[in-house]
Order: sequence, then structure tokens, then C-alpha cells
Amino acid sequence: MGNIQRFPHSAKAASTNPLKMSQPLGAALAFLGVDRCMPLFHGSQGCTAFGLVLLVRHFREAIPLQTTAMDQVSTILGGYENLEQAVRTIHERNAPALIGVATTGVTETKGEDMAGQYSLFRQRNPALSGLKLVFANTPDFSGGFEDGFSAAVTGIVEEVVQPSETTVKGQINVLAGCHLSPGDVEELRDIIESFGLSPIFLPDLSLSMSGRQPDDFTATSLGGVTVEQIAAMGASEATLVIGEHMRVAAAALELKTDVRSLFFDRLTGLEASDRLVRTLSELSGRPVPAKLRRQRETLVDGMLDGHFFYSRKRIAVALEPDLLYAVTSFLADMGAEVIAAVSPTQTAVLEKLKAATVMVGDHSDVETLARDADLIVSNSHGRQGAARIGVPLHRMGLPMFDRLGAGLKVQVGYRGTRELLFEIGNLFLSREMDHDSHGHAHGDGHEHGQHCGSGSCGCSAG
Amino acid sequence: MLQEKLQDVFNEPGCSTNQAKSEKERKKGCSKALKPGAAAGGCAYDGAMIALQPIADAAHLVHGPIACLGNSWDNRGTKSSGSQLYRTGFTTDMSELDIIHGGEKKLYRAIKEIVQQYDPPAVFVYQTCVPAMIGDDIEAVCKFAAKKLGKPVIPVMAPGFVGSKNLGNKLAGETLLDHVIGTVEPEVTTPTDICIIGEYNLAGELWLVKPLLDEIGIRILSCISGDGRYNEVAQAHRARLTMVVCSQALVNVGRKMQERWGIPYFEGSFYGVSDMSDTLRTMARMLVERGADKAIIDRTEGVIAREESRVWRRLEPYKPRFDGKRVLLFTGGVKSWSMVTALEGAGLTIVGTSTKKSTKEDKERIKKMKGEEFHQWDDLKPRDIYKMLRDSEADIMMSGGRSQFIALKAKVPWLDLNQERHTPYAGYDGIVNLCEEIDKTLSNPIWRQVRLAAPWDSKPDVKPVGA
Repeated sequence: MGNIQRFPHSAKAASTNPLKMSQPLGAALAFLGVDRCMPLFHGSQGCTAFGLVLLVRHFREAIPLQTTAMDQVSTILGGYENLEQAVRTIHERNAPALIGVATTGVTETKGEDMAGQYSLFRQRNPALSGLKLVFANTPDFSGGFEDGFSAAVTGIVEEVVQPSETTVKGQINVLAGCHLSPGDVEELRDIIESFGLSPIFLPDLSLSMSGRQPDDFTATSLGGVTVEQIAAMGASEATLVIGEHMRVAAAALELKTDVRSLFFDRLTGLEASDRLVRTLSELSGRPVPAKLRRQRETLVDGMLDGHFFYSRKRIAVALEPDLLYAVTSFLADMGAEVIAAVSPTQTAVLEKLKAATVMVGDHSDVETLARDADLIVSNSHGRQGAARIGVPLHRMGLPMFDRLGAGLKVQVGYRGTRELLFEIGNLFLSREMDHDSHGHAHGDGHEHGQHCGSGSCGCSAG
Repeated sequence: MLQEKLQDVFNEPGCSTNQAKSEKERKKGCSKALKPGAAAGGCAYDGAMIALQPIADAAHLVHGPIACLGNSWDNRGTKSSGSQLYRTGFTTDMSELDIIHGGEKKLYRAIKEIVQQYDPPAVFVYQTCVPAMIGDDIEAVCKFAAKKLGKPVIPVMAPGFVGSKNLGNKLAGETLLDHVIGTVEPEVTTPTDICIIGEYNLAGELWLVKPLLDEIGIRILSCISGDGRYNEVAQAHRARLTMVVCSQALVNVGRKMQERWGIPYFEGSFYGVSDMSDTLRTMARMLVERGADKAIIDRTEGVIAREESRVWRRLEPYKPRFDGKRVLLFTGGVKSWSMVTALEGAGLTIVGTSTKKSTKEDKERIKKMKGEEFHQWDDLKPRDIYKMLRDSEADIMMSGGRSQFIALKAKVPWLDLNQERHTPYAGYDGIVNLCEEIDKTLSNPIWRQVRLAAPWDSKPDVKPVGA
């Protein structure tokens, strides 16, 4: 792909069917991966309500999320009192281990001094010294979801992680970016543990957002990495950094603890998974377990079976930057042509994308660019545009409100890559089957004969 | 300006909540002070959007940073029989530079792009907190754009931080009165033209009511704003009668339409059998009072008699199935109360309700209907609801989506009564739908299974194989 067309900024004044979500929302998701946490938006109550509804619709879970409920007067006079009252109220009512505060457009436009407010709060509330309080600057008017997630994780590292003199053998940190679903984190834990290593995920959405059945009512997040575990990250042997947007947090962690970072730009795809497995084998000094060897074999087999349907397929992808990178790279690995990669925000990872057009834009841009595409890969908000131009949509990312188990999708490692390969491959396959009329010779006898013969399309019945 | 508007809606004489208050209390306004750290619910902008977005052929442009629209678009089940433009999310997506330099020019360019590309009959522009803080004069921009582009461009002044969702509803109503209603004359009018206010056609509810009105011979001249069209809303001032559906939210529109154009209004409901019949009767009677043909009263009675007998016959099969089943109603609105009689008619027992948003009179009325022992909770915490459900004090909870997981995590059946639901409950058919939904979930076989103890937690109650 020699010529890549780049549109780093949208030329439109009216963002139409936005792909972008706000920074505080990303921060909230990161905080939700910490056990007994309450995320708190410092802004008007609507900021919280919208974020809450979006996360509830995606995860189908109760979402703890509170607001400092800024009104006109406090917006103008300053929001410290609201913030203090909110933190104290949450502490009294729900006794969380950590309160994660994310600023919003309202408080950032006013220019609230969060560092100053933090010191003032600590000074005035010595009785709450045991409560961990993380502040993240996440203005709605710059960056997006991924940046907010990154800011929150960095904030947690700076506030909670402790340097350690000693190292715990086999303990590994994983900075898990927001392109990893709870299902992905679960899969990663499985892979890492199979080498006898014990990972600490920050954040750990697999324990909090994957569908819990509590014994009692909890108003805070239930499950996730504990504050104690985060504090102990300084004693780990290494940190696996997953995704470009985790680099800032990784630098903060390394600076604080001297634990070395190993960076992974993606974990979807054969080579990407190989790299992970090789690294884990080296870190643990153990051979690769039989289970993973089998999984690799089936992935290779799946690639062979599936490549027919991927070759030269024209695909438009619109996702948060790091997920966009992972998915477009995987599709290129399979021989598909990514005709458009649309990102909600401008970030460094866009430079690495393999696509005919790389654009910072919205769903209406996808609708324009994907008119002759074979597939669109995007979140559920892509459904209206995809339907209008008659191109099938494969849902990934967030929000995914019209599918069950959105949070449990797995797309990392050999097994996750295989699942993704089959899911997308099946969309192509079923379309080809639909378009061919049964009973006469298929243009491509080999692959069709094989699959029709298996009865998967029902033609063996005739 | 906005402050005056706020005082104006706070003083709404048509609002029964307001009437029940003392002079002093009324001055404070109706938005309760929100408690930081323990607040829930949407903001005024959210409320304004709920009230106006169902106007399906208009473009709805949100002037603000991405949070206001990016996190919230495409999340409501309001339906349109024609144009789908209302489902397209437009925002100026204000960036840091827009905040430094002001967002007015970008806003104008955005309006222009939308008009050029989509050619809607009107553009609604929603003010949000950040541009309100930096002083973007969106009223001026809208005025300029309207003149320049030759289209109505309507500023909706309800930035989030002025108050609650309910207040936003009211401000949206004021916007319609100031800029929309009365700006278009209908081609034809009939003596039975009505305007319905506060019906949003969620899950297509209006379409369960409209055929009955058609049959009686009542014409919906305009609906604010379910399945609405801009020009229909703009013609509302030629209606002979106004019905206000969700009384708390938009009663100001009904009252002011009476003031300005002499159109009488009544508060009615489409939920529940008796309320539905009352609504139809009142509609017919009031239209006749205003000069419509008396025959519609007979036709109305005919429709009511037929529909009522039909609905009770259709509810009959549920009676034995619902016998002894207890319902916990957890919704703020009075709306649900009009369903109660119908649910009880179908054999359900209502064990209690929240009365957070109800007026004193409502509470008295409930007490009269249900007796002293009936539970009314003013401020029930999620933890308490969870406990009640866990202790099997109810067989099903009916509430809004927000409290969904309190019930589901307690492994108790739950039914959505609010805007996210996919089934219409209005009108006579709606009540049957509601009972069918309740029956479906109550009789689902999962409830027994999900309550089973895990194999590692339970003693084996089956004999070992071969024993």
C-alpha cells in the first residue's frame, strides 16, 4: 500500500454521528477495574448520567458512577465545596477503597486547580487519610475515551503504586489498555498463569465487569484489582504494557518503581501472539504449555481455511485508536484490504496504520468511505450508516448495546485471534453463500464444495 | 434572560405540585438542590433533548464538547413513521481552540453544513454548559443563520447545569412557545383537531392510540413531539383542544396555549383501561363543547364499550396465572399509577410504590385507594430495595432501567416501565401487552435455575448413581 491518504483533522464543523466519546467516560471505565472503587465526575449531573447509561447498555451491569452535581452557582464560584461534599458523602455511604475523580468540560473550562484541591482536601480531612483519592484531568473538549482511560491509569499509578526494595519472583504487571475487553483480560490471565506467573492487571475489568452475582448489594465496583495489589506492583519482575495509550502510565510506573516495561502494540494476530508467548516463556523460564501449542496449531489451521474469504476483501474500520490498530493490522495479516481506518482522535498510533485512507472522523465519514466496502468493523453506533449503504457491520469496541456478552468478547492470543477470524470470516462466507444460488456449479468449486458439503449452509439437505 | 425564563417556569400556575406549595416554597423553584456524591438523573439539556428530539424531520444540533452528544446519541426508543433524520447525531464537538476563541463561528458553519446537506425544515440548536460558560451567544447565531439560510434555526436554551431533566422538559416547551408554535398555518382545519403534548411515541405507543382516534373522527393536528414533524408542531395553535400527557413536564405549554390562543387543555393519560376511556370521553366532550359534531360522543362511547369488553376478555386468561403475584412498583411518575387499576384487574397485587416524584395529593389519593397499610416510600435506597427483593417481599419489580440490576442481581423478575423499553403499553392493547410481558417473565423457567446453589456449595440431594 504505497499511497496512504491522511486526513488528520475533520474538515467539517458538524460532527455527524460521532465516533468519539469523552475523556471522563474512559477514565470511569479504568476506575471500574479497581475493586471497591467509586468513579466520580466533577461536573454537572448530566455528564454522569450519559456516561452511566452508555456503560450500562454495553456491559449490562450496574455501573457505580457519581457526580459532584455542579450547578450554575458552583460552576462560577468554584467547585471545591461540591467536590469535598461528594467525596465525604460517598465515603460515608459506600466506604469505597478508592474514589476516582475525573474532571469534565465544565470544571476544566472554569480551570479548577485539581492538584490544589487535592492538597486542600487532604489538609481539611485528616480522618480520611486511609481513603485513596485519584484525580485525573479529563476535559471533554480535548482527546477522547482512550486518553481519559490513560489519564486515570496514570493517576492510579502515581497515587497508589509503591516502590519496593524486593522483587516477588514470578509477579508480572500488566497495564491493560481500554482496547482489551473484560474477556480479553480473562484470556490474558489464563495465558500468563499457564506459565506459572502471577499477573496483576491494572485495571482488571475481567473481575468487575464480566457479569457478577454478588451475595449482597454493593454500591461500589465489585471485583477488580485491589488497592493493595496495585501498591505491590513495585515488587514485580516486569510490566507488560498493552497498547500505545498505556505508554504514559508505563513511564510513570517505571519511573516510580524501576520495574522494566515490555511493550506490546497489539495481541491480536499470529505473530503478535507469538511475541507474547515467547516473552512469557523467557520471563518464566518455562516451556510453552501444551494448551497454547494446540491453540497455535488451530489458529494456523483457521488461517489456512479462512484466507479464501479474506483475500482482497475491502474493509472499513472505525474504532478507538489502539483497537483500530490491532484490528486493521490483523485484517491486513489475513490479506484483506483496509480501505479506510477512521479514528475518533488524533494519536501517534495512526502513523502505523495500514490503510488506504486514514482519517480522524465520525460514522458519517465511514458511511461515505465504505460505500463499496465488503464490511464495516465498528461499534454499535455504526449500525444506522451501515444499514443505509447496505454493507454488513461487524461490531467491536464500545458501545455495543445491541449484542449480548459485549464485554466478554475475546480477540487476543491464539484463541482470541481464532474467534475473531472465524466471526468475520463467517460474515463473508454467509454472504457468498447467500449470493450463490445452489444447485449449479460454483465459480470457485474448491472452497464452496468443501463447505457446502459439510452441510453448514443447508444445501446438503437437497 | 435564561434566569427570567427559569423563574417563569418555576411559577407555573398550571402545575399541581406548584399549587400545593406555599408562597415561600414556590419562590425557591422546583429543582431540588442536588446532593453532590448522591445524585442521580439527567440534566436540563438531557430533558430538552428528550422533549424535542422526537420531532423527526428536524435536525438536532448540540453545541458543546463531545460528552453531551457523543456519549448519548441513539439511545432512545422514540419512533418515527417517516423521516429518520432525528436519529442522526449532530454536534459541534467543541475543542480546546473553540473554547479559547469562542464557538460561534463553528456553530454557524455547522448549521450551514447541515442545511446544505440535509435540507431539514428546521434546525434545533441545543445550548450546553461549556459554551454557556464562555458566553457563546447562540441565540444571535441562530437568528443570523435563520436569516442567512432562510430556515427556522431554533436555540434551545437549557444548558445542563441549570437543573434537572424535568426542568429541561419545561424549557424545551418554552422554546416551542417562543419560536415554533404559531409560525405555520395549516392548509385545512377541522372542528376535531387536537394537539397532544408530552407523548413521545416510545416503542410506537402513539400508534396504539391513533387508530382509535381515527375511528372516532378525532384528528391529531400535532403531537409534541412523538412521531412529530416540524410543520405540524408549528401549527399546534390551530388545534381545538390540547391534551397534556406527562402532566408535570409540559403543563406550561398547555396552559400558555390556552392563554395565547384560547385553546382549552386537559390532563390525561393513555395508560390503563379506565384512564384511557376517561381520556377519550374528555376529548370528545370538550371538542363538542367547542362546536364539534355531537356524533363523536356516541362514536366514542361505542369505541370505549367495544374496547373495554375486548380488553377485559383478553386479560381474563392472565387472572389465574397472576393470582397471588405481588408487584413492587418503583417509578417516580404518576404515570404508572394509571396502570395500577388495570394490573389489579388482571389479578396482580401491588405491594408498594415509591412516591419520590409524587405530590401530596397523589399520596393522599394512593392512601385512599389502597388503605393505610400500603407501602409508600419517599426515598428508598437501592440497598433496601435489594433486601426486600432478596427477602421475597415481591414477585416482580417494575421500574426504570436504572434500577434494573437491583432486581436482576437479587434474581427477581424485572420489567422496564421507562423509555428504554421496546414494547408499547399505551391504550387498550398496551395493557394487554404489559400483562403479556409480565406473564412471560414471571413464568420463565430460568428463575428456578439461577437460584440453585452451585455444586460446590450444596449438599448432594440426589442419590449417587447405583445406590
